[in-house]
Formats: sequence, C-alpha cells, structure tokens
Amino acid sequence: MRDGERGRWFVMPSLILLSIVTIYPLIYVLYLSLQRRLLIFDVSRFIGIDNYLFLFRDDRFLNAFKNTLYFTVLSVTLELLLGLSIAILLNRSFRMKGLMRAIVLIPWAIPTVVSAKMWEWIYNTDFGILNYLLGVKINWLGSPFWAINAAVFMDVWKTTPFVVILLTAGLQVIPKDLYQAARVDGAGRWDIFTRIVLPLLKPVILVVLIFRTLDAFRVFDAIYVLTGGGPANTTETLSIYAYKVLFQTLQFGYGSTLAVVVFLCTGGISIFYIRLLSKGVRL
Amino acid sequence: MRRTIFYLLIILLALYCAGPLLWQFITSLKLDTELTKLPPILPKAPTMDNYIAIFKENPFLRIILNSAIVAASTTTLSLILGSLCAFGLAKLRIGYKGLILGFILSVSMFPPIATVSPLYLIIRALGLRDTLFALIITYTTFSLPLAIWVLTNFFREIPDEIYLAARVDGCTPLQVFYKIMLPLAAPGIFATAILVFIFSWNEFLFALTFTSTVASRTIPVGIALFPGLHEVPWGDIAAASVVVTIPLIILIFVFQKRIIEGLTAGSIRG
Repeated sequence: MRDGERGRWFVMPSLILLSIVTIYPLIYVLYLSLQRRLLIFDVSRFIGIDNYLFLFRDDRFLNAFKNTLYFTVLSVTLELLLGLSIAILLNRSFRMKGLMRAIVLIPWAIPTVVSAKMWEWIYNTDFGILNYLLGVKINWLGSPFWAINAAVFMDVWKTTPFVVILLTAGLQVIPKDLYQAARVDGAGRWDIFTRIVLPLLKPVILVVLIFRTLDAFRVFDAIYVLTGGGPANTTETLSIYAYKVLFQTLQFGYGSTLAVVVFLCTGGISIFYIRLLSKGVRL
Repeated sequence: MRRTIFYLLIILLALYCAGPLLWQFITSLKLDTELTKLPPILPKAPTMDNYIAIFKENPFLRIILNSAIVAASTTTLSLILGSLCAFGLAKLRIGYKGLILGFILSVSMFPPIATVSPLYLIIRALGLRDTLFALIITYTTFSLPLAIWVLTNFFREIPDEIYLAARVDGCTPLQVFYKIMLPLAAPGIFATAILVFIFSWNEFLFALTFTSTVASRTIPVGIALFPGLHEVPWGDIAAASVVVTIPLIILIFVFQKRIIEGLTAGSIRG
C-alpha cells in the first residue's frame, strides 16, 4: 500500500465527523429555511423563498441587523486600538513580565457567561461599583443608549487579551536592528511606528480582524446573558433574534432563515478578509 | 520619570484586567445585607455563607461534574481525531490537501447559530436530548478545526527526515505516528488540550439548547439560569462565578506560555 492511500485513513475520521455535524446540518438548515415549520403545532409546509422575502418587511430583523453592525464595528475597532497599545506597552523587558501576561489573559479565560453576570452586577444601577466609582446613577442596562455601549465595553474587556497575544507575537517577529537602523537614520518614534511597525504588522492585524469580526458578528452569549436583547430590543443582535424565534416561539422555518442570513454574512466577511490577506502577501 | 509612568500604566492595566474578577470575589464574601450597601467596598465581616449555600441548596456539584466530564471527553476525543488528521496532513501524501485544509478552515468560521436548529432536531429525533453525549459530539466537532490547525503546524516543524528514517527502519505510518511523532509534538498537543478544554468549559449556546434538566446542565447554563426566589441572588452568583473560574485562572498562570503558543500557532502561522 502506498503512503498516500494510508494517509486517507488518518484524515477520514475527522472529515466524516465534520461532515455529519456541520455539513449535513447546514444543508438541513437551508431546507428548513424554505419551510413554514411550527414545532408546537406540528406544522411543516414548503413555502419557497417566502421567509426570505419576509425579511425585508420585518422591522425587528432590520433592527437586529443594525445592532449587530454597530456592535461589530465599534467593538472590533476599540479592541484593535486598545490591543495594539497594550501589545506595544508590553513589548519590552521588565520585571514580572510573565506575571503580567498571565494577568492580561484573565478576561480571555473567564467563561463568557460568567463575565456577563459579572458585568451585570458591575453595571447595577443602585449597588454597582461602576456608578459608585464614577459618582453617578446611570441605569446602564436599562437605557437604550447605554445598554448597547455597555455590551460593547464588556466585549472589549473580554476579547482584547486575544488581540494583545496575537499582536505581541507579530511584534516579536520584527527584527530589533530595524528599529536601531531607523533611529540612526534620525526617525522619530511616530515615524518608526507608522513606517515600520504598522506595515510589518499588517498581515497579523488582518488575521486579528478576521477572527474578531467573525466572533463579534455572531455574538450571542455575552449579550444574551447581559441584557437578553433588551431594553426594547436595542441590544438584540441577529444571533439573539434567531435564537428567540427558534427556541422561544418555536418557528423553526423563519428562525432557520435568520440563521442562514448570519451564515451568509459571516461567509461574506471571511471571503472579503481572505482576499485582502492574499493580496497583502503578494505585495 | 519615564519608568514611573510605565509602571503606572502597567498597574492600571493589571487593575483593568483583574479588577472585575476581584470585585466578584469581594462580592462573594459579603452577606446579602451588605450587598445593598456601598460604601464600604470591603465586607466588614467576610463570610463563606454564599459558598456554602451554592453547594447546599443547588445541584451545583452535579453541574460542575457535568462540565468536567464534557470538557475532559471533548478534549480527549478531539486530540485523538485531530492529531491523526494533522499528522496525515503534515507528513503523508494525500490528494486534495489544500481543499481539505480549506474545508477545515471554513468549518471553523461557521456561526454556531446556523447549525443549532437542525442539530436540535437531529438530537431530538435520536433521543439524545439532555444527554452529555450530545454535547461531547458537538463540541468535539467544533473544536476539531482548531485542534487540526494548531497540530498541523506543530507536526510540520518536525523534520521530514525523522519520519522517513523511521519508515526505512520498518515502522508503519501508524507506528511512526504514536512512537515518534506524538512524543515530539507533546508541547503542541498540550497547548491544544488547554485551548479545547477552555472552549468546552465555556460554551453556552449548544449547552442551553440541548439540555433541559440538571442531568446534563453545564456550568455556563447553570450560572445563566441561576435560580432566585424573589430577586437576583448576587452573592450566590458571585460565589459560583469564582468557583468555576478558579480552574481556568490556575491554568493560565501555570501554562500561560503554552496557551500563548497554541493561540498564535492556531492563527498566525496558519
């Protein structure tokens, strides 16, 4: 037997499991999305693309879409800026650097649900530490303006460590003599940052953006536990809306349509970034 | 002066990262009457009541046990399947290698919400609702792309000559795999194990959908649905949060190097 034939036996188990648990359900969800299916009444009828047409008339869908976009753009931007600052701050030798890196990892390791409960308590209007420290009495999770921003702030806290780790790895690859050469040539700190660090960091930044944008766009547990989508649906994202339609009203047809929309959007985002990434490598 | 500012920033950063958890810890030591008073920040008489309460009045121990079983089984299964697949991709000649890697990568980008409704119907039809098995299979699948990706990178770093030499000496590919490659890739396997363990310990969406009783409820669902009679039991929630976070904190403090290695191997070198 040639090695190539044996090779198949090594990869087969994984590929079979992946196909059964992801590809088959994906085909199934597309099929469900073309149906009117109500789990409680045992209704199950093929209605073609009616569910998709209904999307455009569904204000709650448009609202969820808008919320998801707002959440994604704002949180990913803030995470990148903050993550970059922290990575640069930590990219030098100092005592207890190892300890510091472990501390930075804390938010990343905490279960999202625990972090949401934690922040819900921090945001508490009457007894929350945030209002106490700021000396104000804001109803963070109860006001339509603050709630979505409070969710963004929590997400930034939770996921910046991931950005820091990847960017730190990227910074370490940049040769030290490059900085020195630039300094000898009379380049200032800002010049070094914009002309050397940023261009060399670009591929890593793109990778960070792929992971973070996809994660933010499909956000579910963080916001679902923090606000449940409220107040007045102002923090309801696409995944939360899809989940509620699926498992609270048991409309498996339309809920699947919403799930397909999330899938198509993340697919589009991945293709966009991967194009960008492969172009950057060729340059 | 510069140094002072630097260390000030470092302290601020440490407070920002660890502060919320610290506050949760302080909250967990307070009696209910103290929770509704601020200041003082620190409890006058620290109490373990909340910790005793969560283990006494709730099936919390059962929930922790469920999570431990699910996380341990998922980690074992995805390491076995993932390392076999990664070894094949890194060292053996296989047709359509690029296509397979692309497929695995695209699966890792699947939003969980897109597969949760069909998976729910399938699991219900198979009578697997509210079982740990349903969670283990789902988690294994969704952590496979990460495991394969990280491990392929680790196997690739082992020189091909070692593989070829062992083959010439008469080892079958499977023997080369478990006698030589696995020990050499141990750091990578370890890093992957930690990442997969943390993922399955923390997952919420599938756990919420597939479980309905404490028989299979895991920690995130247990905490999200924390029972409260009249008002939210903040002290109990804080104590529970601290208990389930401690294992993770130990993991990151002991193995931060491995975790960072795994995370970067999983995304950057790929």
